[in-house]
Amino acid sequence: MLELRNLRTYFHTRNGVVRAVDGVTFSVEKGETVGIVGESGSGKSVACYSILGLVPQPPGRIESGQVLFDGLDLLRCSAKQLRQVRGKRIAMIFQDPMTSLNPFFRVENQLIEPLLIHDGLDRRRSRDLAMQALAEVGIPDAERRIRMYPHEFSGGMRQRVMIAMALITKPDLLIADEPTTALDVTVQAQILELIKKQQQELGMAVIFISHDLAVVSGFCSRVMVMYAGRIIEAASTEQIFYEPKHPYNQALQRSIPALQPTATELYTIPGMPPDLSRPMSGCPFAPRCEFAVDYCFHTPIALTEVSPNHQSACLRVQRREIELQPASVTLP
Amino acid sequence: MRAKNEWNLPMNRAFLEVQNLKTHFPIERGILWRRRIGEVRAVDGVSFSMEPGEVLGLVGESGCGKSTLGRTILQLIPATAGKVILGGKDLTALQGDDLRRARADFQMIFQDPYASLNPRMTVFDALAEAMLTHKRFPREELSARISRLLEQVGLAARFQKKYPHEFSGGQRQRIAIARALAVEPKLIIADEPVSALDVSIQAQILNLLAQLRRDLGLTMIFIAHDLSVVKHIADRIAVMYLGKIVEIGPAQQVYAKPIHPYTKTLLSAVPIPDPVRERKRERILLRGDPPSPIDPPPGCSFHPRCPYAIERCSKTTPEFDSLEGQQRATCIRLREIN
Repeated sequence: MLELRNLRTYFHTRNGVVRAVDGVTFSVEKGETVGIVGESGSGKSVACYSILGLVPQPPGRIESGQVLFDGLDLLRCSAKQLRQVRGKRIAMIFQDPMTSLNPFFRVENQLIEPLLIHDGLDRRRSRDLAMQALAEVGIPDAERRIRMYPHEFSGGMRQRVMIAMALITKPDLLIADEPTTALDVTVQAQILELIKKQQQELGMAVIFISHDLAVVSGFCSRVMVMYAGRIIEAASTEQIFYEPKHPYNQALQRSIPALQPTATELYTIPGMPPDLSRPMSGCPFAPRCEFAVDYCFHTPIALTEVSPNHQSACLRVQRREIELQPASVTLP
Repeated sequence: MRAKNEWNLPMNRAFLEVQNLKTHFPIERGILWRRRIGEVRAVDGVSFSMEPGEVLGLVGESGCGKSTLGRTILQLIPATAGKVILGGKDLTALQGDDLRRARADFQMIFQDPYASLNPRMTVFDALAEAMLTHKRFPREELSARISRLLEQVGLAARFQKKYPHEFSGGQRQRIAIARALAVEPKLIIADEPVSALDVSIQAQILNLLAQLRRDLGLTMIFIAHDLSVVKHIADRIAVMYLGKIVEIGPAQQVYAKPIHPYTKTLLSAVPIPDPVRERKRERILLRGDPPSPIDPPPGCSFHPRCPYAIERCSKTTPEFDSLEGQQRATCIRLREIN
């Protein structure tokens, strides 16, 4: 359904060219739940913004690649075609609901807007659907709430409104960019349940972007790990957790405080993420990798299948030189 | 660890005592005549004590009052009622110069490393200001002390000439820690010091705090919303809900066997990075949104959302009760639900 081929999105800044997304290829099938995991600067958000043409150009520029949605290349189609897809067939929800909800308009107007534009419905019918949508996302007293402004809702409620807005046109794909990071943990649990329920009911595909491996583990069937603008490992959720095939994935899991026995020093990944404006030869993770050897620093990496349905960009894993252990899962 | 009587305390006195502390913010209407129409009960009767060298983890979700509690203890916000006694001194009774002099005894590390450092001051200026304000050290010693401080927090001494914007988030937080330590305080309150940082950097800062605590015998209150982070560094954990502590006890116990319904829900909501376990587990989902501290529910403030609530819960305000050992919680049904 959705296929990204060798996407490259660079930002041309005063300090140099930042290679935010540097050759990303993946696909999403109908109804699949896919997680993209990485820390700040990994390129996970920019890759998804590129899909929907949300990257400001300038300073951004999609240098090369294709984004095929049911055969249509979203990077090269007409503005009209893109508008028909964006908001209607591919919807997106963001981390901070206050920046995606317009503070000047009542929730009602914002909810019915996609219906008026994309489905060409009249106001009365749209309003009925909007109230139904609010009820479906668990907002009580929809009749009264629909006339309120975003600032009158709490963070969790605003996120529900945003989900209602995104799902009101029954899209084929939902891209959720860290939708629960800014929320309290109990509210996060509610929102995740909600997205899961909607996903199952609508048979919709979901791309779930997060820096939180734990959240992704419960929600997605497949996970891609990104580092320095590239996908460095891709596999089913179980394989990613129980059979890591890239040192960065393993290191990320080992850093999770919850997985480590108490009163011991926490594991940390040495060094810092690379400067994306500097050209990198070889593997971008090599400077921080405990398994790195000489050739890691100057051999360009590529994502290849290293075991059935399991891809890794680690040169040493590809050459069968090392085997990685899963982070020990010793929780109380 | 410093022995209790280095502070010359009477032997039965704890190092930090918070007694029925309340912080209420008035809500007023009107321009010419201001009428008080209500109040936000941010901190609504909190009592606990700490021994020197202890680390207390204070957890709770947004709006529970944990940050306000931290700031009230440090006298950054005036308390509406109650007392804070540190090393035998009643901080709530201090004013003016006395208060200013006492401030060297307690320091804070804030959440946002991008906002808590003055962008126009070099690292040296920021640390020196703290030291000079409290008139502790002669100027000739400043540079040497600052260099040592920076090394203690894992930064090179030569960084003292740089400005905050030249550092990453994790490094700025180290500078903030150095600044807090600069005046050799008795108590440090860290308000969500790692929430704004990436996971791998969080671990580095937590390790640093744990090490400093060991080396310097620090007494610390560690405020966080993430229980798994707190468990690593805290001796005891206190869970807050709507301005009150609902459960308090040894960190391991509270984390492994919570007794208060809210703590159970909180722990059940934390996702586990283990796909098979995460999918199989039973979650306790709370209904609705957290209530407002302006109009707290009658009786037990948690009862409208509590999966174990019965009618009596809306009529009685629960007191602290315990099942075993040092772990206590405010719930009238404690025995039945555990």
